[in-house]
Amino acid sequence: MIEFQLDETSGVATYLQLVQQVRQALRMGMLEPGDQLPTAQQVVAKLAINPNTVHKAYRELERDGLVRARPGLGTFVTRSPSGTDPATQARFLAAMTDWLRSARAAGLGPDDIEAIYRTAFRDCFTEGAA
Amino acid sequence: MIRLTWRQFRTQAWVAIAALAAIAITFLVTRPSLSNMYSASGIAACQARNDCGSLAASFINQVRADAAYPVLYAVGVIVVFLVPAIIGMFWGAPLIARELEDRTYRLAWTQSVTRTRWLAVKLGLLGLAAMAITGLFSLIITWWASPLDRAATLGSPILANRMMPLLFAGHGIVPIGYAAFAFALGATAGALIGRTVPAMAVTIVIFAAVQLIMPNFVRPHLIPAAHTTVAVSAGDANWVAVGNGLLITGKAAIPGAWIFSESGHVYTGPAIQILKTCYNGPTSTPACGSAFASLHAQMLLAYQPASRYWPLQAYETAITLALALALAGICFWKIRRRLG
Amino acid sequence: MVSAVIETSGLGKAYRRTWALRDCTLAIPEGHVVGLVGPNGAGKTTLLSLAVGLLAPTCGTIEVLGEHPAVGPAQLAQVGFVAQDPPVYARMTVADHLRLGAWLNPGWDGELARQRTGQLGLDPRQRAGSLSGGQRAQLALILALAKRPGLLILDEPVASLDPLARREFLRGLMEAVAERGLSVVLSSHLVGDLERVCDYLIVLVASRVRVAGEVSALLASHRRLSGPRRDPATLPAGQEVIEESHTDKQTVLLIRTGEPVHDPAWTVTPVSLEDLVLAYMSQANGTRARRPQLGVVS
Repeated sequence: MIEFQLDETSGVATYLQLVQQVRQALRMGMLEPGDQLPTAQQVVAKLAINPNTVHKAYRELERDGLVRARPGLGTFVTRSPSGTDPATQARFLAAMTDWLRSARAAGLGPDDIEAIYRTAFRDCFTEGAA
Repeated sequence: MIRLTWRQFRTQAWVAIAALAAIAITFLVTRPSLSNMYSASGIAACQARNDCGSLAASFINQVRADAAYPVLYAVGVIVVFLVPAIIGMFWGAPLIARELEDRTYRLAWTQSVTRTRWLAVKLGLLGLAAMAITGLFSLIITWWASPLDRAATLGSPILANRMMPLLFAGHGIVPIGYAAFAFALGATAGALIGRTVPAMAVTIVIFAAVQLIMPNFVRPHLIPAAHTTVAVSAGDANWVAVGNGLLITGKAAIPGAWIFSESGHVYTGPAIQILKTCYNGPTSTPACGSAFASLHAQMLLAYQPASRYWPLQAYETAITLALALALAGICFWKIRRRLG
Repeated sequence: MVSAVIETSGLGKAYRRTWALRDCTLAIPEGHVVGLVGPNGAGKTTLLSLAVGLLAPTCGTIEVLGEHPAVGPAQLAQVGFVAQDPPVYARMTVADHLRLGAWLNPGWDGELARQRTGQLGLDPRQRAGSLSGGQRAQLALILALAKRPGLLILDEPVASLDPLARREFLRGLMEAVAERGLSVVLSSHLVGDLERVCDYLIVLVASRVRVAGEVSALLASHRRLSGPRRDPATLPAGQEVIEESHTDKQTVLLIRTGEPVHDPAWTVTPVSLEDLVLAYMSQANGTRARRPQLGVVS
């Protein structure tokens, strides 16, 4: 079962942190369809946060279609966020790593690389849905 | 609520029971020989033979001769006087003051019991306990002292009798009323002042004041006083100059009664001129004696006769109980108003 | 329509000549963990004492769970209270306190009380006077929870606790909320404590309520604007300035607004709960009227 962490200094709302951690776990393959998410009581026992925050996070995940709440049983994962399987993701991760290595070899620093990435990202996603 | 009251009161209860046990044992053990002396004195049948005065006097002197008895008698009376005062200070004053001082009222008054019920059970239960324990103290000591009290009532002018201020609140049922009063006084002082030690101080001061006011201003008038005039005997006569006459007073004794007012008359005339020269009283010279006898000097006495002992006890108990209820009413008002 | 657990209207409390609380109008919804925050002396204890019936209002009205506070045993049973520096009877043991709870509360859950006492490692035979601050707070919380109230009110419950004890206390409280959907109102002068656990906030400064609302709504409606030096009076009508500071070249404003900010001259950033509370506190102190010069004056 996934274990949540809370970063109080990040400035990100607690419920969003929980949502992001579930998405990340799904992406990394640590959570798979059918797995149960911790109950509000379990999360509260570990993190001492408001149980409504947990409910809010799970509701958002349910709205995005990633999880489903089954009354009396718990909240379960339905599918992974991107709709693609881990193998595809591994392939693109490898391609990205190669690209970064060659960019570094060509003398680009981290800020340059980030600027290039952000420009490309923005252009790609503002053209319309991919 | 009842169980909580007992739990918070446990220590005080045990102290009271221990004290009661000590008193009971002491006085129970010493009573038999006192009873024996009393039956041997023949006072029980004295009224038929009309020699109560002398029999009582000899019985009392016999008791006095034994070192322990006068002390025990005095101790008994003091204990019964003190028990209400102690109850007022140690049961009454901390009752509400402690909760306010330690601020535990914030716990006590936010459970599922209203403040009114909380106070009603505490005042009611502990008030009744105060009356009961004082009643037991008084019962033991009054019973122990009854031979002496009977003798004093029947005839002896030497001993203060139980009607008199020093002894009245030390025997009988009046201490029960005083216990209720002192307890309510302590609780009210605690509620109004909010701190235990000042409340204890105020309680003892006011209680002492009441013990002084009652016999001097209230008790004489509870039942309209009886009046009588008695002749002033030559042997007891005393006078002071008033204007150009003499105010003549003497000694008065009515068996078992409480004489709280003696007033002499001012006599004028030729006999007075003679008496003015009698520096040793009417018995100095035969001339003085006849001058005095010609006056037929009298005194007016205001007194409560011995037969009124129980009625006076009842009235005073009723008054103290009424005062206790009034004080309890103030307590309720204060608790409900002060904090909401 | 969500019903209110605490509803006040023009509520005020005065002592002799000073007002501890005034013009307090709130409708606290049920099912929330409500944080009441403000500096010491702001009136938090006064408001909470009024809610549990330990004080009577000078003016205005207050209703708790639809009734006058402490009006009868049924209403008292529904409200649990943990007072500041939790009061305990020093000479009574932990077990005695649990018995007190059982004797004075018909709805007492003895099993829950025993369970929590065991979980927290409290020795039933220990006198309450020798408990540590954290243990005393936990005992007070057990007493308040085991009577099974619908509303729990806590006055600065963690103020004098060390960080570990504080976390343990809040954990225990949140577990109870998760189990039973309890409504909670807790006060603190530290915002950090409240951020984790509260989803509704009330800021009380100098005896008045400055702002009240759901935390998510408050965070969504407040923004920090930074940009070139500017007079706040030039802002559009829907933007209320809560706090401002200026240097010779730059202006930073904390505003409250219902609509997004479109002016390209501003850099718009979200506001943290702590900054939001601090801004209202300084507004209340009138420091908004001053314009402190920050940075180098040329």
